[in-house]
Amino acid sequence: MSSFPAPALAALVSQRFGVIAVAILICVVIFELIRRKHLMERYAILWFCLGISTLVLAAWKGLLTTLAHAGGIYYPPAALFAVAFLFVLALLLHFSIVLSRLSDQNKILAQRLALLQQRLDEKESAEGEENKEQQPVHESSRAS
Amino acid sequence: MNRHLAIVPAHNEAGAIASTIASIHRWAPDFDVLVIDDGSTDNTGELAAAAGAKVLRMPYNLGIGGGMQAGYVYAKENGYQVAVQVDGDGQHDPRQIGDLLECLQADPGLNMVTGSRFLDDGGEGFRSSAARRVGIRIFARVLSAITRQKVTDPTSGFRMTDRRGIELFANDYPIDYPEVEAIMLMHTHRLRSREIPVVMAPRQTGESTISGAGSVYYMVKVLLAVFVALFRKRPIREAAATSAAIEQAR
Repeated sequence: MSSFPAPALAALVSQRFGVIAVAILICVVIFELIRRKHLMERYAILWFCLGISTLVLAAWKGLLTTLAHAGGIYYPPAALFAVAFLFVLALLLHFSIVLSRLSDQNKILAQRLALLQQRLDEKESAEGEENKEQQPVHESSRAS
Repeated sequence: MNRHLAIVPAHNEAGAIASTIASIHRWAPDFDVLVIDDGSTDNTGELAAAAGAKVLRMPYNLGIGGGMQAGYVYAKENGYQVAVQVDGDGQHDPRQIGDLLECLQADPGLNMVTGSRFLDDGGEGFRSSAARRVGIRIFARVLSAITRQKVTDPTSGFRMTDRRGIELFANDYPIDYPEVEAIMLMHTHRLRSREIPVVMAPRQTGESTISGAGSVYYMVKVLLAVFVALFRKRPIREAAATSAAIEQAR
């Protein structure tokens, strides 16, 4: 890094702090969402992983380069993009699975609701008819 | 209470529902009529109730599969032995319910009978548009090869099932475009089905759920579902139960 001219170095350092700030912001926002019960813990864990790994990579200068080289990738940002892309894919797949389950459960609830509604309607109309049948009896007993 | 149930799916079919119900009552008096009012925005439900049918009102438009399944759950929980699907739009002729029932009861090992438009002696009824017939033929080829049995009209919704079919569909029924997949489902569970010729009329009112770009999605979705179903386990136990039931019936 010493080979960089001073202005470039300064830009790089401030960029690093920018990334750290973003990572911290992600963690804080996730935490706040959980606190307000806008986000369930089970779905927050993945996002926390994202925030924390961004934070670690930004704070630990040589880590990304080391990891990328260990993985046989000689351009560290490419490794970062690959991992980020896989993360997003995994997250989307996770959402699709959750959505499928939710719509299935929703369907079952709707069906059950319709079945119960029909039963209730039938019962109420049967009771209504019973009352109608009983009423004339009351009237005739009153008349006598 | 009858032991037979006619399940009539209807979505905004106010123009045809009353005559369909009246026709079922007239030609198939042994059948109770259950109308699935699948989130209609017109007064289909009220008209159906006024015509003497029981009505399941779906809280929102569930789609034909979700609605039909609710009908099968109703049939299962109320002890019906036979259920027949009759479209609410007047495509299916209730006079042929008797033919389906006769065929189903003639063979105790049979679990489902489908009314086919394409069997040779079906006469000159309405057989869908040319483009749709191509799709139907593709499905027919694929299903015939898989089930090793001649399937000519896999998209026909005019079908009758016995108690085992009712129980199966109550537990598991495809959500959208269910007819083709239901045949795979029967195959997967080793239940037997066959077709008899019927004549269908063009729909009186309402709109088909399948049109335009939807038909491409329909083809792809159903073929995918059929392909995936090939890799599902086929329980042997159920086959044994079926043959036991056949022996009992004999």
